[in-house]
Amino acid sequence: MTDTPKGALSPKEAAKCVAGSIAARNRSESWFQFWGRSAIALALAFLILLFVGILSQGIPGMFQHYVILEVELHKDRLDPQGNMSEDSLYAGDAGGLVNEAIMRALDDPQGRKQKRAARSIMSSGSALRLNHFLKDNLDLIGQTVTVKFAVDDDIDSFLRGFITRETPDADRRINNAVIGFVDKLSADGRISYEFSDYLFTGSASRNAEIAGIKGALVGSIWTLLVCILIAFPLGVGTAIYLEEIAPKNRFTEIIEININNLAAVPSVVFGIMGLAIFIVFFGLPRSIPLVGGIVLALMTLPTIIISSRAAIRAVPPSIRDAALGVGASRMQTIFHHVIPLAMPGILTGTIIGMAQALGETAPLLMIGMVAFIVDVPSGMLEPATALPVQIFMWADFAERMFIQKTSAAIIVLLAFLITMNAGAIILRKKLERRW
Amino acid sequence: MSLTSLVLSVLMIGAVYFFMGQRLITRYRSLGKAKAHSLPHYHGLWAALTSILPGLILLVIWSIGDDFLFKQMVKDFYPTEILSKGTMDQAVVRAKIMNVVEGIAFGTPEPWIQAAGEAWIGWKSTSDLALTVLVIAVSVGSGFYGYRQINPEFRSRNNVERILLWALALSSMVAILTTIGIVLSVLFESIRFFKLVPPQDFLLGLEWNPQFEGAERAGSGGGTATYGMLPMFVGTFLISAIALFVAVPVGLFASIYLAEYATTRVRAVVKPLLEILAGVPTVVYGFFAALTVAPFVKSVGESMGLEVASESALAAGLVMGVMIIPFISSLSDDVINAVPQALRDAAYGLGSTKSETVRQVVLPAALPGIVAAVILAVSRAIGETMIVVMAAGLAANLSFNPLDAVTTVTSQIVTILVGDQEFESAKTLSAFALALILIMITLSLNFLALQVVKKYREQYD
Repeated sequence: MTDTPKGALSPKEAAKCVAGSIAARNRSESWFQFWGRSAIALALAFLILLFVGILSQGIPGMFQHYVILEVELHKDRLDPQGNMSEDSLYAGDAGGLVNEAIMRALDDPQGRKQKRAARSIMSSGSALRLNHFLKDNLDLIGQTVTVKFAVDDDIDSFLRGFITRETPDADRRINNAVIGFVDKLSADGRISYEFSDYLFTGSASRNAEIAGIKGALVGSIWTLLVCILIAFPLGVGTAIYLEEIAPKNRFTEIIEININNLAAVPSVVFGIMGLAIFIVFFGLPRSIPLVGGIVLALMTLPTIIISSRAAIRAVPPSIRDAALGVGASRMQTIFHHVIPLAMPGILTGTIIGMAQALGETAPLLMIGMVAFIVDVPSGMLEPATALPVQIFMWADFAERMFIQKTSAAIIVLLAFLITMNAGAIILRKKLERRW
Repeated sequence: MSLTSLVLSVLMIGAVYFFMGQRLITRYRSLGKAKAHSLPHYHGLWAALTSILPGLILLVIWSIGDDFLFKQMVKDFYPTEILSKGTMDQAVVRAKIMNVVEGIAFGTPEPWIQAAGEAWIGWKSTSDLALTVLVIAVSVGSGFYGYRQINPEFRSRNNVERILLWALALSSMVAILTTIGIVLSVLFESIRFFKLVPPQDFLLGLEWNPQFEGAERAGSGGGTATYGMLPMFVGTFLISAIALFVAVPVGLFASIYLAEYATTRVRAVVKPLLEILAGVPTVVYGFFAALTVAPFVKSVGESMGLEVASESALAAGLVMGVMIIPFISSLSDDVINAVPQALRDAAYGLGSTKSETVRQVVLPAALPGIVAAVILAVSRAIGETMIVVMAAGLAANLSFNPLDAVTTVTSQIVTILVGDQEFESAKTLSAFALALILIMITLSLNFLALQVVKKYREQYD
C-alpha cells in the first residue's frame, strides 16, 4: 500500500473524506428510519381510526331506548278467534291496547294533535311486540302487565341528543308536544336505555328502532354453508390432483394458469357470471343462498386450492414412500397419510377463504341478494340477504339511527371475521408440524 | 317428492347397498372359500357408488333439462303474433306464465296464458313423478348390478379408486370451467351490446348516460343514451392513482422497516396488525369512506377555499389506498426477505450504512418483485367495487380533479345490474361490455406482473 496509483486517495485522505461525509450519511440514515416508522405509524393510525370510528358509533347502536308501559292483556281483543293463531293475533287489536297504555301513561292527552304526538312516541313494531309477549306468556292473559316497548327512532335520536331542544320547533323532526311527553315519561322513570333485543332478533325493516340482523345473519350462514360444501371438496380435490396425481404437462399447466387468473379476477365479475349463467341461463331464482353460495365458492376456490397445495407439498416424501412401501395403494397413501397430515394447513386456508366469502358484498349484489326481505330464510332456496349486503343497504338509509345500527352490524361482522381468522391462526399454531 | 328428499332417498339406497356389499364379502370370507381381493368396505363402497352416481347424475340432468323442455313446449300455446315478435316480448309472456304457475295473480291473465300455465303445472307434476320413479329405479337397479359383481376375486378397490381418480380430475376442471363461464357469459352479452352500440363509440366516447335508455325507447325524447366509456375509465384511473399514491410509499416503507430494522418482537406485533387491514370487508371501508372520510375531506377542502364534491374521488381513493397498504407491504416484505443476506453483508463490509444498503443493494435486487406487487395492487384497485359504489358516486364526469365526484367501471356495473333488468336493453348489456374491458385489464396486469417477475428475477444460489 506504499505506492498509491495516480488519482487515488491516500488512506489518510480517504479517512478524512469519509469522516467528512459521515454526519450527512448518518443523518440520511435516521431520516430513512424515520420514514419507515412514520409509514407504519400512519398505517396503524388508519387502523385505529377505522376501529374507533366503527366502535364509537356501533356500541351505542347495540343499545336503544325503551318505554315501559302497563298494558292490559285483554283476551278477546288480542285474540278474537281464541285460538292464538297468526291470523287471529293479526286480526286482534294489540295496537289499540298499546295505544291505550301510552295514553294512560301520559294522563290521557286531549285533542287530535296531542293524541297524535303521544302515539308518535311508540315504535310501529309495538303491536307485534305485544303479540310476541302474549305468545311467550300465555299464563298472564287477562292481567295488566308491564311491557317494555321500543320508542320510535326519532325519539331515540332525541334522547341521545342528536335532536336538540334548541332547534326551532318547525325544523325538528319531533315537535314540542312530543318532547313534553317524552320528558314526562322520563320523569316517571318509564324510559330505559338497554341492550337492543331487536338487533339480533329483528329482521330487515325501514324503521331503525326495530331493524335487526337476524335474517341477514341466517342468510349469511346458509350462503356460507353452500359455499363450504362446494368449495372445500372441489378445492382439496384439485389440490390433491395437481400435487399428487397429475403428470406435469401442458394440461396441468393450463389448470394452474387458470387458477392464478381466477385469483386475480375482480369479485364483481364473479357476480356477473353468476347472474348470466345460474340465473339467466339455468333459470334459478334470484336472491337465493344457493346461487350466492356457488358464486362465492367459485371465488374462494383459488384461495383454498393454493393453500391446500402448499400444505400437501409440505408433507415430506418419506411419508409417501413409507406408506407405499408397506403396500398401500396410491389413493390409500393420499387419503390415509398425506391428507391427514396436511389437514391443518388445508383447514387454515379454508377458514381464511370462508372469512373472505363472509365479507364479500359485490357478487351478492349482482345475483339479487340485495332485496328487502323481511322473513328469516329457512333454507338455501328461500330469498335471503347476507350480513355485508345488509350493511350496504342500511348504509344507504338516511335516518340518523341507521348509522349506529349499521355500525353495530359491522361490529357483529368483524367479530365473526376476527373469530374465524383467530381460529385459523390457533389451528395453524397448534397443529402445524415441522418436519 | 321434493328434490331434497329425493337426494336423501338416493343416499339412503346407497347406504343400504354399502352395508349389503360389505356383508356379502364378509360372508364369503367367513366361509373361508377364498381370500378377497379388496377390503370389505371397498366392496361396500363399490355397490354404494354404482347406485348413487347414476341416480344423482340423472337427477341433475333432468332437473336442469326439464325447464328448457317446458320452455319449448309452452310455445305451442303462444298466439302466432307473439312468436313472430322478438325475444323480449317472449320473455315477458313467459314471466306471465310463470306467475300463473307459481300462483301469483296480477289481475286476470289472458285465457291462453292461464291455459299455458295450467299445462305447465301439469307437465311439472308429471315430470316430478317420472323423475322420482326413474331416479329410484335407476339407483336401485344399477346398485344391484354393482352388488351382483361382488365376489372375492372382484377388484373393488381398483374400481373405487378409479372413480375417485376421475372425481379428483373433474374437480380440477372446475377452475377451467369457471374461467370459460366468465369469459363466455361476458363475451356473448358484450357482442350483443356491440351490435347495438358501435365499438368505437363505446371505447372512445366521452359521454356516459345510459339512463336515457328508457326514455329513448319510449320515444318521449328528453335526450339520447350515450355509451362512451372514457369518463368511467378516467374515474377509475384517477381513484386508483390516488390509492396507489397512498399505498405504495406507506406499504413500501413499512415493509422495508419491518424487514430490515424492526426487532422480531415489533415485527410479530405490527405484521398481523397490518394484515387486519387486509381482512376488513370492503363494505366496511365503503361505509367508513362515505361516513367519515368524505365529509372530512370536504370540510378540510372547503376551509382552504376549494370546491369539493361531497362524494369526492379523493375520499374513495384515500380509503382504497389504506385497503391496499397490506397488499403491497406483505408482497414486498416477501421479496425483500428473499434477497440473500450475503448481499447485505457485502455492502456492510464496504462500509455502507443500513439505509445505503437498502437503497443501493436490497431495493435494486428486490425491484422486480416490488414492481410486480405494485402492478397487482393496481389490478386490485381497478377491480375494487364496494368502496367506490358507496363513496365515489355515480356522476360520470370526465375530470382529472380529485376533488370532483367521478364514477368507476365497477360502480357503474353494480348500478346497472342491481335490481331488475331487462336483458334486451343496451343499458343492461353495457354492463357486460364494461366487465369485459375490466377483465381484460386485470388479466393483462396480472400477466404483466408475472412476466416482470419471470424476466427480471435474480437467481441467487
